[in-house]
Amino acid sequence: MPATWPCPGPSGIADEYAVLFDRARAVRLLIVPPLFEEMNRTRRMLVETQRQLDGLGVDSMLPDLPGCNESGQVFSAQSLGSWRDAMATAARHFGATHVLAVRGGALVFPTGLPGWVLEPQKGASILRQLLRARVLSAKEAGREESSADLLEQGRNKGLELAGYRLSAALVAGLDAAVPQDEGQRVIRQSDLGGSALWLRSEPGEDPAQSAALARLIAAEAQG
Amino acid sequence: MTSTDQTDTDLRSLLNDVLGLGAARAAALTADSGLFGALPELDSMAVAGLLTEIEDRFDIVIDDDEVDGDMLGTYGDLLAFIARKRGEA
Repeated sequence: MPATWPCPGPSGIADEYAVLFDRARAVRLLIVPPLFEEMNRTRRMLVETQRQLDGLGVDSMLPDLPGCNESGQVFSAQSLGSWRDAMATAARHFGATHVLAVRGGALVFPTGLPGWVLEPQKGASILRQLLRARVLSAKEAGREESSADLLEQGRNKGLELAGYRLSAALVAGLDAAVPQDEGQRVIRQSDLGGSALWLRSEPGEDPAQSAALARLIAAEAQG
Repeated sequence: MTSTDQTDTDLRSLLNDVLGLGAARAAALTADSGLFGALPELDSMAVAGLLTEIEDRFDIVIDDDEVDGDMLGTYGDLLAFIARKRGEA
């Protein structure tokens, strides 16, 4: 079910969307999605995981990161800091008791909640892949660019990568960020079976993986 | 199984993961099967993801300068590149 939540932003409070399965049950899971293209590639998997969790007696909410998905906020105004604030706000608004952070979501989730991180990713790895995509597409167009020069430019003035306008703060933040998990359990792809959907060049789905993820979370949360 | 055979198996599995080929299409790749330019899924973002996974799974580092049509043109080209990087060929 779509719901909105009030998210502080540079131009005041903005309404952001979340996919919500809420029957006021004891375990309420906040899902923090991956960043950039991996968010789109994993969306069907995560919403299916929410449906499965609903059947297993767990409430869940998947909020948009400001500037992403249905968000009306400007992407170029975002940083890891603004995403961390937003996810902490969503956790409070929805009364989350647990958190699942997926891939780059592990850089911005509310660390005070117990829960899980799924194949967490370093910020520098995310940035490197985005820089590489830009260098490759420049090369196809007959231009020479270098990752090192682009990174320097990005840290000073911001940078357009893979169709996203990254602020200087976001570039610098990603370059330095490591997953924030401390006590949350790390889930590996091998725990879910199949191949990782965030790697797919075209978005896919795999209900068996979503079911495995939901079962694992429900079993551990409900102890 | 030699290390080159293992590299071949691992690379098929990786291309299956990234391109969603399915086991049958991944197994049917030959040295002459076209990759970059032949598979529409393989745009620059997908190539960047593929290279990152290759680095992680084969424990090698690929410079941007090394990435071109010679390296990614066919399945055989890519396999030979990885084997060379790993000191297998």
